[in-house]
Amino acid sequence: MPSPRYWREIPSRYRLEATRCGDCGRVSYPPRRICPECRSTDGETIELSHEGRVLTYTVVHVPPDDFLMEAPYALAVVETPEGARMMVQVADCDPASVEAGMMVALEFRLIRREGKGGILCYGYKAVPAYPMGGEAEAELRSKESEVAHA
Amino acid sequence: MAGIAGYGAFIPRRRITTEEIARQWGKDPGTIQRGLMLKEKSVPGFDEDTITISVAAGRAALARAGVSPSRVGAVYIGSESHPYAVKPSGTVVAEALGIGPEVHVADFEFACKAGTEAMFVALALVESGRVDYALAVGADTSQGAPDDALEYSASAGGAAFLFGRDDPLVEVVDTISFTTDTPDFWRREGEFYPRHGGRFTGEPAYFKHVTEATTRILDKTGLKPEDFRFVVFHMPNGKFPLSVGKSLGFTREQIDPGWVVPTMGNTYSGSSPTGLAAVLDVADPDDLILITSFGSGAGSDSFVLRATGLLPQRRGLAPSVRSMLDGPRRYVTYGEYAKYREKIIVND
Amino acid sequence: MREVAIVAAGMTHFGELWGASLRDLFVEAAQGALTAAGTDHLDAIYVGNMSAGQFVGQEHLGPLMADHLGMAGVPSVRVESACASGGVALRTAFLEVASGASDLVLAAGVEKMNDGADVTAILATASDQETEVYHGATFPGLYALIARAHMAAHGTTEEDLAWVSVKNHRHGALNERAQFQRELTTDQVLSSALVSEPLRLLHCSPVSDGAAAVLVCPLDQASKYTDHPVVIRGTAMATASLALTDRRDMAFLDSVAASGARAYEMAGIGPEQVDVAEVHDCFSIAEICCIEALGFAPLGEGRHCARTGETALGGRIPVNTSGGLKSKGHPVGATGIAQAVELFEQLTGASGDRQVHGAEFGLAQNMGGTGASSVVHIFQAV
Repeated sequence: MPSPRYWREIPSRYRLEATRCGDCGRVSYPPRRICPECRSTDGETIELSHEGRVLTYTVVHVPPDDFLMEAPYALAVVETPEGARMMVQVADCDPASVEAGMMVALEFRLIRREGKGGILCYGYKAVPAYPMGGEAEAELRSKESEVAHA
Repeated sequence: MAGIAGYGAFIPRRRITTEEIARQWGKDPGTIQRGLMLKEKSVPGFDEDTITISVAAGRAALARAGVSPSRVGAVYIGSESHPYAVKPSGTVVAEALGIGPEVHVADFEFACKAGTEAMFVALALVESGRVDYALAVGADTSQGAPDDALEYSASAGGAAFLFGRDDPLVEVVDTISFTTDTPDFWRREGEFYPRHGGRFTGEPAYFKHVTEATTRILDKTGLKPEDFRFVVFHMPNGKFPLSVGKSLGFTREQIDPGWVVPTMGNTYSGSSPTGLAAVLDVADPDDLILITSFGSGAGSDSFVLRATGLLPQRRGLAPSVRSMLDGPRRYVTYGEYAKYREKIIVND
Repeated sequence: MREVAIVAAGMTHFGELWGASLRDLFVEAAQGALTAAGTDHLDAIYVGNMSAGQFVGQEHLGPLMADHLGMAGVPSVRVESACASGGVALRTAFLEVASGASDLVLAAGVEKMNDGADVTAILATASDQETEVYHGATFPGLYALIARAHMAAHGTTEEDLAWVSVKNHRHGALNERAQFQRELTTDQVLSSALVSEPLRLLHCSPVSDGAAAVLVCPLDQASKYTDHPVVIRGTAMATASLALTDRRDMAFLDSVAASGARAYEMAGIGPEQVDVAEVHDCFSIAEICCIEALGFAPLGEGRHCARTGETALGGRIPVNTSGGLKSKGHPVGATGIAQAVELFEQLTGASGDRQVHGAEFGLAQNMGGTGASSVVHIFQAV
């Protein structure tokens, strides 16, 4: 990917910037100048939450050359609490464990590299949403033996 | 008093065991586990590098601080595995965290102490009043040559510390640096794996610098080992920090909470910073904490810190180090590890 | 508008044609149509082609193909709408003739995919580069997402999908121009290699080389070229978002439904009057979505049609008698024209063992990307 093309998309790729329509409220990710729902040009820039839910998914076994070393990988449509939808990989889990309805967190990752010498392209991937702190964390740790060597 | 307004860590979720690596090279796993005191280490995925680890740790630090990214005036990333040889890691980290563009950004390199080096400079900028907040990160996706002793330890992870003057979670009581020119470990430009001087990395390098920095900061502050609740030393393996701690008069009780190396490995620039983050996960108000890093080449930075009443209130806002070490993780074979770490030659 | 008819067709074999270049393929198909019509002049040429620039490094196909056809000087232009390029080329030719601007126009499609390029990456350029391909989406991957959505909404199963491939291979086995002239079993489909779950290799159309061409002229001049013209009664195109994430319902192809509705209205018929159809089965799930969107099956019922034989030869509405993209092959830019060739032959009684007897109306539906563009033609035998 030529660096100008990558650079232009940094606000949405790095910070999950999206547009919320001032008229109908539809959230478009990445940002759009014209609302695809009502054609309003009265859009407000918002930042999406770093979490969401898997709507549908697939596991890609035959990837394009750039992703050869990563296959098989799960690819999903994720909806954030704001109602924005994005296509992202689901990482850090067995691709076979991904399912519709699964809650995910969005983490900043290296998405692709332009060959051996080109630029590195970053963005977000989904990972299973793990509970954090307190009882939830204690419960998780008690399951450690199940997870280990899974 | 200036201090740490927020902290965070990130450890990739893949692991490889010492046993798996030892088996690959026909070594006796038990001997190596005992010798290095290492059980397993974190392994980064293809999609994880110093930048992504720094963003995750930095995001947690900002969350715990409750500070708007726009108030952060400096971002420093300490690592010996910056993804680009030329082009900063910090610019990606700053943009991803919503920091800047009015911000000072730099990448630091000083082998395994690049993280505390970044912390040192961030703190000084805040103390000088030049910036309100400064973010310092120590992170690495460390490289160790196949069948080298370092292969059992070189791992991935890091920690971020947001320094500020107001409402710190931890106050910085004092700092010191001890540096000499000691070529114990290096990687020349264009080389893939680092090289080291074997046992020369021990006495004249690690032990000398860690001991000197620690002794000097104790002298400077008038504190004694028993005044501290916690101590963190750089962790190139399990054994070194325990040995140096013992010789300096520290106990296992003081060392253990930050001794994350047996299951994390050596995250190089992220090693002692991640140990510190693990300590902050459990420290009580007014606890004194000592951290001494070590970077080959060689030098050590020491910090004396004191926890404030805010620390217990804020730490629940991001995941703890232990939850990342002990939480969901996947064990990989040596073959998968070799693939993830790009040790297998493939065609373009 | 003038009434417009197809008066001749030409087509290459579809498959891995290592010995034939892009221009060879075009010339063979185009010359076939010209010979059938007994003419050596043209007013204009439209070349449907998705991506010769990426597949073989060749753009500017209009003049190249006119020249190699021995017709340098004739207006000639490439038309692109990803895998719907052929269908859109036919529609453009129709509009030029219907308007009175030209009297004899060649609508052709050609693609040379087997020439060493990264086919997966090139095809993916028809989906959204910034939001889908960036993250590792492939075409099978995107249709797999559609399949999963259809499964969730309508209970479609992997076996339902497999039956589409089985049915189309039965048809293709009877088509001497098909890339795969052999039958399949559902077991073979369901045990083939996973491409993008739940889609397997035998749910996917192949990588193909090939070309097809038809000649269109005003109906009242058709007798100069043939005794059996086929009238184009309806032509319509519709678009939808490139990105799947922007669709209202991932399991329903809005552009197919809209292009179908417009074409039916123009032709003055409904789906029940269609006797034979060619739809865009680039993946087995696509045929199910398309027959639902075109009204050949109620929403959610399309999944049964291949298994019950409703869409097989001899069934209620035979779909993809040519073997479809799955069995006949899918040289992407040629596909829309190849569909027209199949229906031209069906409606002139020239389909041999695949003949749908007494067929009067035929419908061709050709789409680009994951249905971001769809073009529908309705043909009538006269």
